[in-house]
Amino acid sequence: MAIPLDEVVVKEEKQNLEYVSVIREPLVTGGKTVHDVTEDICRQVEGKPTLSWMLAMAMSLGTLGIGAYCVFMLLWEGIGVWGLNKTVGWAWDITNFVWWVGIGHAGTLISAILLLFRQKWRMSINRAAEAMTIFAVICAAMFPGLHMGRIWMAFWVLPLPNTFGSLWVNFNSPLLWDVFAISTYFTVSLVFWYIGLIPDFASIRDRAKNKISQAVYGALSFGWDGAAKTWMRYESVALILAGLATPLVLSVHTIVSFDFATSVIPGWHTTIFPPYFVAGAIFSGFAMVLTLMIITRKTFKLEDYITIGHIELMNIVIIITGSIVGIAYITEFFIAWYSGVEAEQYAFLNRMTGPYWWAYWTMMTCNVISPQLFWFRKIRTNIAATFILSIVVNIGMWFERFVIIVTSLHRDYLPSSWAMFYPTIYDVGVYVFTFGLFGTAFLLFTKFFPVINMAEVKSIIKTSSRKAS
Amino acid sequence: MEKNKNFILGIYDDEDILLSAIKKVRQSGVKIQEVYSPFPVHGIDEALGYKRTRLPIAAFMFGMLGCTLALTMQIWMSGADWPMIIGGKDFVSLPPFVPVTFELTVLLSALGMVATFMIVSDLKPYKKPRLMDIRITDDKHVMAIDLANNELEKEDIKKIVKETSAEEINDKNF
Repeated sequence: MAIPLDEVVVKEEKQNLEYVSVIREPLVTGGKTVHDVTEDICRQVEGKPTLSWMLAMAMSLGTLGIGAYCVFMLLWEGIGVWGLNKTVGWAWDITNFVWWVGIGHAGTLISAILLLFRQKWRMSINRAAEAMTIFAVICAAMFPGLHMGRIWMAFWVLPLPNTFGSLWVNFNSPLLWDVFAISTYFTVSLVFWYIGLIPDFASIRDRAKNKISQAVYGALSFGWDGAAKTWMRYESVALILAGLATPLVLSVHTIVSFDFATSVIPGWHTTIFPPYFVAGAIFSGFAMVLTLMIITRKTFKLEDYITIGHIELMNIVIIITGSIVGIAYITEFFIAWYSGVEAEQYAFLNRMTGPYWWAYWTMMTCNVISPQLFWFRKIRTNIAATFILSIVVNIGMWFERFVIIVTSLHRDYLPSSWAMFYPTIYDVGVYVFTFGLFGTAFLLFTKFFPVINMAEVKSIIKTSSRKAS
Repeated sequence: MEKNKNFILGIYDDEDILLSAIKKVRQSGVKIQEVYSPFPVHGIDEALGYKRTRLPIAAFMFGMLGCTLALTMQIWMSGADWPMIIGGKDFVSLPPFVPVTFELTVLLSALGMVATFMIVSDLKPYKKPRLMDIRITDDKHVMAIDLANNELEKEDIKKIVKETSAEEINDKNF
């Protein structure tokens, strides 16, 4: 009962199969085919580690080692080894915490918010950006943990019955909200990342030559066989996870900003904090994604997947969020003056002209002025300029948190309590430790995991890869 | 799945040819066991006649569970079990409970949905995949037709598949 097929239809369809847009820039260059994607991305997973990778790993491990000594001293001696005093009780630690959490936000923005907006350019950068999120959140979580002094008591933040009586955690405290926000954010990001990795692990599994890779990637790929029904469910899961992660990522930095905004300290007590912190987080996160992606694309020769087009689009996000941050700085000043509250006016004037003026002006230069350079197309499509500016932005964003935290605290309510904060070697050392941790984790990721989401990139090859002429 | 051992595999290179092939094969009255792809193909679920997945419902239910648990926990802990006066604030007031409730709603929704997905799709560590063709995870789409589910003769099915511009037609025995 076979129905005779219309040969003409098939032929016509074959002719109509080429539908690469003539107007849009291709997302994948170099005329890649679906098979090329597998080859190019699996190469660094299957090959021996390169010399540059091993050098970078040695540097990261060295940094980690030096930092680990400082962490050990901190735990052994106590928080006194830091430069904190009675007036400035939060300084580098919380600055670093907010800085790392902020960096993490770009990964979720790329993978979740850009998925909801159907932005296909996210596909070749989302995997590495999500990895960055996960490692950045781990680094961030180190700081409140270490700041407790007795890290072995860290489980007290959980709503567990206290062994000294039935005391519960305080659900009115933004610090406790942080515990729930950060741990939920970490868990959901990890699950989202892993779901995306499963089909790619299956690709590596099916190419693996030796027994160990077969066993390891076989276990990691969860028996993936590429069935259409599983793909259908998979896409549904990815969409809903994106829908959940979008309000989640906005809530996380909102809650981080509540740590400051719900207090009554002049300079912190502002309602603008949540949107201003979220914009700042995306701003610094995109800068970090650029720093990492520029190195990765060069080292692993992925220029055809992470193109100048990708870099330009990320730079545009940086102009937008950098401008929002700039407007937020100005608004804070205006409101401090307009409110007529003397303490508030003093706090902001002191930021600009007080003993920490240099930190304030570093922040203004790096965050407000430098991203405006990206209005010039020449600069935002220049890799060297982008690389330098991406680091400048992250220096600026570190100073933003430092300025908010330290300048608001160091002039206490009583002038007799006024103090300055000077970091010690252990303040610096613990920060260095997180760099070592981040670097080591990211390098391991680039060696053993596919740095680009192969399955997703394969799905756009037909529409967005320009065939070699 | 035990009795399904003999398959005819149509191998395709292009997702659009695959989609029209699925429609044609199904129109010819041949039952397709499953189609395997290296990446998600848009519209393949409609072509195969799959019903929409009910995973969003699972996500919603788990979210509701998280929301209920979070509110119950907070109200019971700070309102009933051991109320503490902190800054003279109310023991039970909803606004400060919003952040934790929201986070736990998202957490349970995400974890519950993913767990459901893993269970219904039978994805688990150390599971040996039943691969129709090793190139599925690289660049080939495979249409698997189970002979036991079809009344047509093997050669007739092969003919139908061949007419859909399949690159290769293979037999697979498990």
